[in-house]
Amino acid sequence: MHATISASGSATTNPAPRLRWRVVDIVVASVIGVAVGVIFWAWGVAWAPISAPIEALLPGLQAAPAAVWLIAGVLGGLIIRKPGAALYTEVVAAVVSALIGSQWGGLLTIEAGLVQGLGAELVFALFLYRYWRFPVALLAGAAAGLGMAINDLILWYAGAAPAFATIYTLSAVVGGALIAGGLSWLAMRGLARAGALGRFAAGRELQAV
Amino acid sequence: MSIAAVRPDLPLASINPVAKVAATIPLSIGLILTLDPVSAGVAILCELILFTAVGLGPLLWSPRTLPVWIAAPLTGISMVLYGEPSGTTYWQFGLIEVSDGSIAIGLATMTRVIAIALPAVVLFLTIDPTDFADGLAQTLRLPARFVLGALAALRLVGSSIDDWRNLALARRARGVADLGVVRRSLGQAFALLVLAIRRGGTLATAMESRGFGAPVQRTWARTATFGAPEWCVIAVGCLIAVVSVSAAILTGSWNLVWS
Amino acid sequence: MRGGTIAAPAPASIEARSWGWRHGGRRAPAVSGLDLRVEPGERVLLLGASGAGKSTLLHGLAGVLGGDDEGESLGELTIDGRRPSAVRGRSGLVLQDPDSQIVMARVGDDVAFGLENLGVPADEIWARVGAALDAVGLALPLDHSTAALSGGQRQRLALAGVLAMRPGLILLDEPTANLDPDGVHEVRDAVARIADETGATLVVIEHRVSVWLPVVDRVVVLGQGGLIADGRPDDVLVEQAAPLRAAGVWLPSDVPWRADPSTARGSEPLMTAHRLDVARVPGVPVQRGIDLRVDSGCITAITGPNGAGKSTLALTMAGLLRPEGGRLEPGAPMAGARGTEPWRWRSRDLLTRIGTVFQHPEHQFLTGSVLAELEVGPRALKMSPAERRERIEPLLSSLRLEALTAANPFTLSGGEKRRLSVGTVLVTRPRMLVLDEPTFGQDANTWRELARLITDLRDEGVGIIAVTHDDTFIDAVADSRFGLALAGGAALTDAPVRGRSNGGGVSA
Ligand SMILES: Nc1ncnc2c1ncn2[C@@H]1O[C@H](COP(=O)(O)OP(=O)(O)OP(=O)(O)O)[C@@H](O)[C@H]1O
Ligand SMILES: Nc1ncnc2c1ncn2[C@@H]1O[C@H](COP(=O)(O)OP(=O)(O)OP(=O)(O)O)[C@@H](O)[C@H]1O
Ligand SMILES: [Mg+2]
Ligand SMILES: [Mg+2]
Repeated sequence: MHATISASGSATTNPAPRLRWRVVDIVVASVIGVAVGVIFWAWGVAWAPISAPIEALLPGLQAAPAAVWLIAGVLGGLIIRKPGAALYTEVVAAVVSALIGSQWGGLLTIEAGLVQGLGAELVFALFLYRYWRFPVALLAGAAAGLGMAINDLILWYAGAAPAFATIYTLSAVVGGALIAGGLSWLAMRGLARAGALGRFAAGRELQAV
Repeated sequence: MSIAAVRPDLPLASINPVAKVAATIPLSIGLILTLDPVSAGVAILCELILFTAVGLGPLLWSPRTLPVWIAAPLTGISMVLYGEPSGTTYWQFGLIEVSDGSIAIGLATMTRVIAIALPAVVLFLTIDPTDFADGLAQTLRLPARFVLGALAALRLVGSSIDDWRNLALARRARGVADLGVVRRSLGQAFALLVLAIRRGGTLATAMESRGFGAPVQRTWARTATFGAPEWCVIAVGCLIAVVSVSAAILTGSWNLVWS
Repeated sequence: MRGGTIAAPAPASIEARSWGWRHGGRRAPAVSGLDLRVEPGERVLLLGASGAGKSTLLHGLAGVLGGDDEGESLGELTIDGRRPSAVRGRSGLVLQDPDSQIVMARVGDDVAFGLENLGVPADEIWARVGAALDAVGLALPLDHSTAALSGGQRQRLALAGVLAMRPGLILLDEPTANLDPDGVHEVRDAVARIADETGATLVVIEHRVSVWLPVVDRVVVLGQGGLIADGRPDDVLVEQAAPLRAAGVWLPSDVPWRADPSTARGSEPLMTAHRLDVARVPGVPVQRGIDLRVDSGCITAITGPNGAGKSTLALTMAGLLRPEGGRLEPGAPMAGARGTEPWRWRSRDLLTRIGTVFQHPEHQFLTGSVLAELEVGPRALKMSPAERRERIEPLLSSLRLEALTAANPFTLSGGEKRRLSVGTVLVTRPRMLVLDEPTFGQDANTWRELARLITDLRDEGVGIIAVTHDDTFIDAVADSRFGLALAGGAALTDAPVRGRSNGGGVSA
């Protein structure tokens, strides 16, 4: 066999190289996961003083700022653009915040990461990992928010009144769309503009503009 | 912090991290099923005694567990205010309704948060990320490419405290640091993320150039063992779960959440 | 399926047939039309101007350039007749930037990483790890943290990681650029020893030809559109001297360029250190009791072994790190800033007073293009667009970055990054310059341009400190030399260079 690199023929046997994870995908997804994981942890430390006044005003509304914990999945998905990227990044972030120390315990922090990442992942999968525009990001954020609301209402707010549950779910979805969806999309654009994403489709897309 | 640090010099540090994580699972599940102060209270008592006995006592009262001690009462209070009301109502204001029922729920929620979070925080502090990765890849057989990629990234970001310091100096030298603390920190944090992602790209190249991802069966220089000590740790975890749940059932306070 | 062959230590052969590579986002290819054949066991020194595509070629050989979405490949490049990315592990590559290639948290694990990937049995791994660490002279415990290594130690670690793999093809990208002179020879000898033992093919990039000449048996010079020269070192360097000189190759026979004596009128102190203690991390001093004076119109070289604290001293003199002890006294030309403690000055005050070039250029990049990067300083000083252009254009051409104004700073070659970071500082014309390894990774031409820019500033009365391992640079431009010894010792030497110290950079 005399295999060569040539302009046209990176003739790999894999039918969909676009969707295969390269080493750089793994490492950068992990870097994003770890970095956001540190933010998760910091948000957890700051959480009590942030959420307490909101809760006093309108209970359940604290799910909106909690959407900061959904950023990793959407951001990872938008940058890496591979199946499982949103799920993987969110789980790495959760593991890291648990490793540093989280008041929600190790197992349950990681479990929450799984559910929230799954929410974003489903939306990206629904669009066949082909569309990465702003509305898709919003939708992914909202879905992650829904995942978070369901998870929290079952595990942490069991026994909450229905009014609380409704407000909690709504604010999680809206907060997820705006904070996790919108902010992640802006962060992705900013990173691309700063030249951090030269090895990713997300970075090249901007050059073409 | 234990993130990306070299193995912490603590008791239990040599136990396979997978066992330590596994040991917290039975209790977490038990406590998630019920919402009562007895099971959680007994669990907390067991945890305090056990950790002190193995020499992890100082960690219990270190700043690292502070978030737990602060967050637990706050979560509890929110359930006191907004929990499902029952019994005598003491105070009502909008959606707030403090009653016998909601006070009981609040108390149970608070103890439950402490009981679940405390062992996780303390045990995770004794975990070295490299050992954790070895455990995940060798004991649990998760894909080595992902586990090691995550480990490398963890080290990369863990060492960025140094980068943060250097970036602060470099930005000051370039004349862009005369901003308010918030704007300066945000700008610098973004620069740090850019640097970390760029480094991640180079690191991936370095890893590939050293055969990472090559189609060869990988070996492990450090073998993750899973033997008697690990089973012991898991058994102790199960024991605490059984003791707490039994205590709740025997005292009649067992309260299945979805019933 | 390839498990057996990848770990085999047989030397590898290289073949390139009109090979080329264009990085995504660049219009021009970095390498094109390359025809090259390297037989198993040959030892090649790869030369060429900064930006000629040497690192790109090495990445291609290691099979890590990436796929179609990261660039465009032309022609053919093979290792032992196969695609490089299919035989990863046949070759071991030490990257140009030693900082970004530490994979693991402990020294031992990091060296073992490559061996694990190759499927070496666990009991054999640790023996090889120990041998590799010994070979590169890194005498540290296996569980030493990789975060706590000096620049030189990192470079040795990277080398150990590759040597331990015993690859059939050793690829080294400027492996000694950050090392002190003793370290350079130690590492070179280590490479030579391993190559002797395994018979591996060796390709090494290094601008300083003389270091590697005793080890290599072939010199290959890369230029635009293929090779400029190729052959036995003696033949090539003598017979093709003229074209090589034009391509920026450092010919051993050439007399290095020397600056004329300073034409700066008079000199006055800009910054004086009295019994200065310096620390990178507050509370952990790395050097104590330093007396050092920076005068206008003078160039002081700071030298010393890796980890001695040169960079720490430089950053402290630059008003960036707070002195751990002693006193730092700014001279009269520095007046106008708020307060007399430089580390308290405003960032914008520093801009026109003290310019600092960091050891790692990437820390200083703030924007997405070369041009924007050069404009940061002038903008902060509120210069008009015309003024900015007037300053930036000549700099761009003398730094040989004209063709790259739109490029992202992070995608530049090693030497280009270094030149850009020097340029960002020169553009604001500060009164004092602190340069950490300013000539690192430069070919002879860009080196001369940099030395010229620096001496021009000196002639205008700028006071300059340069941390450097580059003896040629010290001989060419320095007025005095300040040596640091390892571990807490005070200054070793404060001898003027060439006996033409005008006023001296060092106070008694
Ligand atoms: N990742 C990249 N993306 C885009 N362009 C790149 C990238 N890497 C290198 N280049 C460009 O390709 C050209 C060749 O770069 P390369 O790093 O191979 O040069 P080099 O010969 O190693 O130079 P030096 O001696 O300065 O290290 C340069 O113009 C550089 O700007
Ligand atoms: N971020 C850091 N944290 C802790 N120690 C550090 C840090 N950076 C450097 N050091 C230590 O401080 C000492 C001085 O480092 P410095 O970078 O000033 O050395 P140097 O003389 O510039 O070395 P080199 O020639 O390798 O660049 C070294 O012993 C190093 O190990
Ligand atoms: Mg190079
Ligand atoms: Mg240094």
